[in-house]
Amino acid sequence: MAGRAEFSLQGRQAFYFALLLAPPLLWLGIVYLGSLLTLLLQSFYAIDEFTARIVPEFTLATYRQLLTQPAHIDIIVRTLLMAVAVTLTAAVIAFPVALYMARYAGPRTKALFYVGVMLPMWTSYLVKVYAWRLILAKQGIASWGFEHLGLMAALDQALAVPVVGGPSLASSYIGMFIVFVYMWLPFMILPLAAALERVPASLLQASADLGARPAQTFRNVVLPLALPGLAAGSIFTFSLTLGDYIIPSVVGAPGYFIGMMVYQQQGTAGNLPLAAAFSVVPIVLIGLYLMLARRLGAFDAL
Amino acid sequence: MRSEQPRRPSWERPSLFTRVMAAVGLVFLHAPVWVIALYAFTTEDRTYQFPPPGLTLHWFDVAFARDDIWESMRLSLLVASAATLLAIILGTLAAFALARRTFTGKESITLLFVLPIALPGILTGLALLAGMRTIGLEPGFWTIVAGHATFCLVIVYNNVVARLRRIPPSWVEASMDLGARGHQTFRYVLLPQIATALLAGGMLAFALSFDEIIVTLFTAGHERTLPIWFYSELFRPRERPVTNVVAVVVILVTLVPILLAYYLTRPDEQSQGT
Amino acid sequence: MLRAGPTVDMTPAIELRATHRAFGSVVALDSVSLTIAPGEFFALLGPSGSGKTTCLRLIAGFDQPDSGTILLDGEDVTNTPPFARNVNTVFQDYALFPHMTVAENVAYGLRVRGIARAERARQAGDMLDLVRLGEFGARRPHQLSGGQRQRVALARALINRPQVLLLDEPLGALDLKLREEMQVELKGLQQRLGITFVFVTHDQGEALSMADRVAVFSQGRIEQLDTPRVLYNRPQTAFVASFVGSANVVGREAAQILTGRDRAFAIRPELIDLLAAGEPAADGYVQCAGEIVDVLYHGASSRLRVKVDERTTLAVARSESAGGGVQGLTTGAHVRLAWRPDHAVPLQD
Repeated sequence: MAGRAEFSLQGRQAFYFALLLAPPLLWLGIVYLGSLLTLLLQSFYAIDEFTARIVPEFTLATYRQLLTQPAHIDIIVRTLLMAVAVTLTAAVIAFPVALYMARYAGPRTKALFYVGVMLPMWTSYLVKVYAWRLILAKQGIASWGFEHLGLMAALDQALAVPVVGGPSLASSYIGMFIVFVYMWLPFMILPLAAALERVPASLLQASADLGARPAQTFRNVVLPLALPGLAAGSIFTFSLTLGDYIIPSVVGAPGYFIGMMVYQQQGTAGNLPLAAAFSVVPIVLIGLYLMLARRLGAFDAL
Repeated sequence: MRSEQPRRPSWERPSLFTRVMAAVGLVFLHAPVWVIALYAFTTEDRTYQFPPPGLTLHWFDVAFARDDIWESMRLSLLVASAATLLAIILGTLAAFALARRTFTGKESITLLFVLPIALPGILTGLALLAGMRTIGLEPGFWTIVAGHATFCLVIVYNNVVARLRRIPPSWVEASMDLGARGHQTFRYVLLPQIATALLAGGMLAFALSFDEIIVTLFTAGHERTLPIWFYSELFRPRERPVTNVVAVVVILVTLVPILLAYYLTRPDEQSQGT
Repeated sequence: MLRAGPTVDMTPAIELRATHRAFGSVVALDSVSLTIAPGEFFALLGPSGSGKTTCLRLIAGFDQPDSGTILLDGEDVTNTPPFARNVNTVFQDYALFPHMTVAENVAYGLRVRGIARAERARQAGDMLDLVRLGEFGARRPHQLSGGQRQRVALARALINRPQVLLLDEPLGALDLKLREEMQVELKGLQQRLGITFVFVTHDQGEALSMADRVAVFSQGRIEQLDTPRVLYNRPQTAFVASFVGSANVVGREAAQILTGRDRAFAIRPELIDLLAAGEPAADGYVQCAGEIVDVLYHGASSRLRVKVDERTTLAVARSESAGGGVQGLTTGAHVRLAWRPDHAVPLQD
């Protein structure tokens, strides 16, 4: 028994723990959290109208500007409505896919589905947006498809609808909505499938055994237990839509979204305080959404 | 042990609706990517006419001859490598520190370790920009790396921590019990167990960084990563198929690490042991 | 080779002096003192949460006591890390490393000590032969059965020639038949090697059949420390009486009524006689009457529960083979019971 090391288990562990945690914690604490706080601080500054310089004095003027100008309110409401619509649609499309891959697919099909969902999710974001620009363009695949199916009139009618329509799918809210749903769909499918996979098959059998028809089992057993997955997925789709500025600028109508406003205000407009104030809006909305989800019991089944 | 599933009773099989919708959903996810590949070969370079009037390999030659593309590609690869390395170091340290321990304030710290991917990317980007401006840092290569490393470390952390939590504490105790010092236990027991998770996390981080645009637009200054090149090209109508060629290359560059990462962390790989 | 206790002039293999360990407000081990002699087969017996596993982990060094001292072979190891203690452990889940072969698992203790590869392979081979797994060295742990894994864990723990082998519920994961075989095998191995074995179990049958001495744990304390025979025949407390051998425990008030003495006692079910109608009890026997609550058939014997007063129900075992079957004894039937007064073991309060 050579080299008897005297040690105190607790003391030694605490030492190693600090040694391990310090670098990543300092990184996130200084680089990330520090930056976030700076950003928050900026939102309480304002820009001097004449010199166009930031005045580093505490003021609520920027927030007043954010919340009183009708154009700004429009942007927030537009973004929020889009996020809600995208979230709901993504949930509806994702459910059968997730249900199939979690419940019914055999091992091989299941693996295929997982890769099939993960690959597009990880495929270059810009490339996907660009692909949709090609598909939705005036002479693109979408209109070609509609034409060959004899549905061109239906497409024209949809594009003629005020507000959501536009000259082509690629420059309308309908097109933008399709792209958003497409982009965030995997983020809804995967948590949902994970939640559904955790539901033991015996629960469904028990429900059937007690006399529930498949539709009743789905509504009373599957859906409530899938709720945490649905909540997790919807947080992704909601938050990603609120913060995106690439999609509205590549595909879409002339109206501004929060993300575009942030990017434009810090860049060409040079108004960092207003950009900062705008960027706080998604956080507040996500926070409210989380509270609502919790209140509705979305996380109770966890 | 995986055997073919027994045939299920009719009421346990998916409805036709579920099956059709599942298939449609999957196709919906994949079709756009194939469109890109197709358009890389079109002979029409001003509109997005479908079907393409003709097919050609011409645009690959054009793209490979463009120095600006190569320059951006090189930068993106460098950024992704540096960010991944940093993320692997920081993410692994954090995973080891937080995998099992319970202490007061742990919840806040774990929250901090998901925040960079939970909050919209635009927030990270703008925050980093505001931070840089405050301390007077000039945007460039290292600011891009710092931004990428921040969310990449979360990916690595998540991968490694998930694997560490699956290692029974008794393995570490057994190793110590048999006479292994801390570094020996790490080298012989823990490292072989987390190696694949670490590699997978690194792969995903690389793919994520290589492709990142939302944060990068804020932190890049005058540097042009491949996604930034791509983005600016979207608003320029000339030689459109060149953009598609680059898109195909980008897909291929990110596809390999992602497939590898999936292969390394697929569930049945861990069926042995406990 | 039954030892009545540690011999005075021998240095104990393990000694715990007033060892205390609490987790938050839960006291896992309440100032326990314990001495285990070299070469002893010692069992720590108790229900889950009784402190037996904490005790084992303190001896192994995976945990440290809040106060008190732990000595191994007379040496204070309270602050010695597990890798520097000459003690090895067989884990409840075996803790075999899945990324190593069986032979690599067994040789691990030599590898971390810097022993050359050839020598490691030779010793690992010997160890695998010892546990009759000589053929299996190249396999991975997941290719073995539960019983085989258990033997690999045993070989791995023994390769460092420890003074003391600790076993944490070593047979818990095995099925009944395999468990009985392994009991014999473990006992034989311990006698051949002459190493001190300390094993944790919640199965009283296992503790009684294998151990030289047994410490019965309850709520962080040792209720009783004795040889299996004494534990079974002379339990000192109600807990030991009911946990070891599931004796009937009769509280003070009920004892007063039944025997006229104001002292709680325990009586084992098989020592209670069931009297046939009109059959007189033997001389000096304690007698009482009651009503059968239920009858459970166990194969070789049957077990009846007889309610003798409002608060007291006694279990009575009847051997099926000795002609004392339970035919005609049905729920609700009135019976008379009797037992020899000295079979009733007085208990501490």
